Amino acid sequence: MLTALFVMAAIAIVLGAVLGFSAMRFRVEGNPLVDKIDAVLPQTQCGQCGYPGCKPYATAIAGGEADINQCPPGGEEGIHKLAELLGVEFKPFGEGVQPKPKSVAFIDENICIGCTLCLQACPVDAIAGAAKQMHTIIAAECTGCELCVPPCPVDCIDMIEIEEDVNNWKWRYPVYVINPAQ
Amino acid sequence: MVNYLLILLGTVFVNNIVMVKILGLCPFMGVSKKLEAAVGMGAATTFVLTLASGASYLISHYLLGPDLAYLTTLSFIVVIAAIVQFTEMVIHKTSPDLYQVLGIYLPLITTNCAVLGIPLLNVQAKHNFMESLFFGLGGALGFTLVLVLFAGIRERLEGADVPGIFRGTAIAMVTAGLMSLAFMGFSGLIR
Repeated sequence: MLTALFVMAAIAIVLGAVLGFSAMRFRVEGNPLVDKIDAVLPQTQCGQCGYPGCKPYATAIAGGEADINQCPPGGEEGIHKLAELLGVEFKPFGEGVQPKPKSVAFIDENICIGCTLCLQACPVDAIAGAAKQMHTIIAAECTGCELCVPPCPVDCIDMIEIEEDVNNWKWRYPVYVINPAQ
Repeated sequence: MVNYLLILLGTVFVNNIVMVKILGLCPFMGVSKKLEAAVGMGAATTFVLTLASGASYLISHYLLGPDLAYLTTLSFIVVIAAIVQFTEMVIHKTSPDLYQVLGIYLPLITTNCAVLGIPLLNVQAKHNFMESLFFGLGGALGFTLVLVLFAGIRERLEGADVPGIFRGTAIAMVTAGLMSLAFMGFSGLIR
């Protein structure tokens, strides 16, 4: 009985030591901060921050190259979350970067010539179509990033604001106004 | 030398761990949807299984002996879990892509019954150290072989015109059964 206990304990100690050593030897370097920032960003991959996607923007924030107020799809709320995560002051959006109302792209199919330029621009593959065929937007996939608007040679893409209805209505975050006692 | 070659051939073809002994079916069905993942899984399992065979021989022969034989299963499980953990670290470090592809099936090698089954069969057959190693290597190679073959077949099945009720796992099960029948053709080749 006692020998059995000793044998199992010995096995456990030796294996634990080996695993502990190899955990140090084979440690994977990664910046956990980048992943945390990336989780806060809205993942629209729109590039409105000036970086090619959300992950590069997160890397830039973590490296101190970018400011936290460059993500319009995230809105003010996103900035608040980033400020809290990084322990810095809240910063309002700068000139030119303003959050827009949530919208989806719409292709006027009478004008579309089927050039596929907007397909290549779309970061989330929300446009269905092929060469010389007219294209259409899969509204459920569209993140409203507007990247498809500039490439269109015939200006057939419009951004349509999403009206609030029973399907997409959400509770608003409560807003408390704190009045410090005079 | 001939002895080892016979063990290797025997475990790969004649007594194939998946097709004849019907062990390790979970990764066989789970990771066989894509060829690359199957190759990676086969390589990881080969590494784990060979190490586990050697380590378990040393433990059962030198540490446990006949007195503590009742600890065999328990200690093998502990050793296998540790080896799988070690493999996971190595793969995470050396090939992050493979780590992503294998996903949950990598830690699940721990519960792959083939990995526990082969060391136990080793003890039962009273193999010596080198025989145990070759038995483990052969079993793992056999596992890899059928996994890769099956993944290839399943990739073709994706494009095949399969009747609605058979689509997906059902046709995969039928295929696995047919493969098992085919492997019966090797029986009697060695021993």
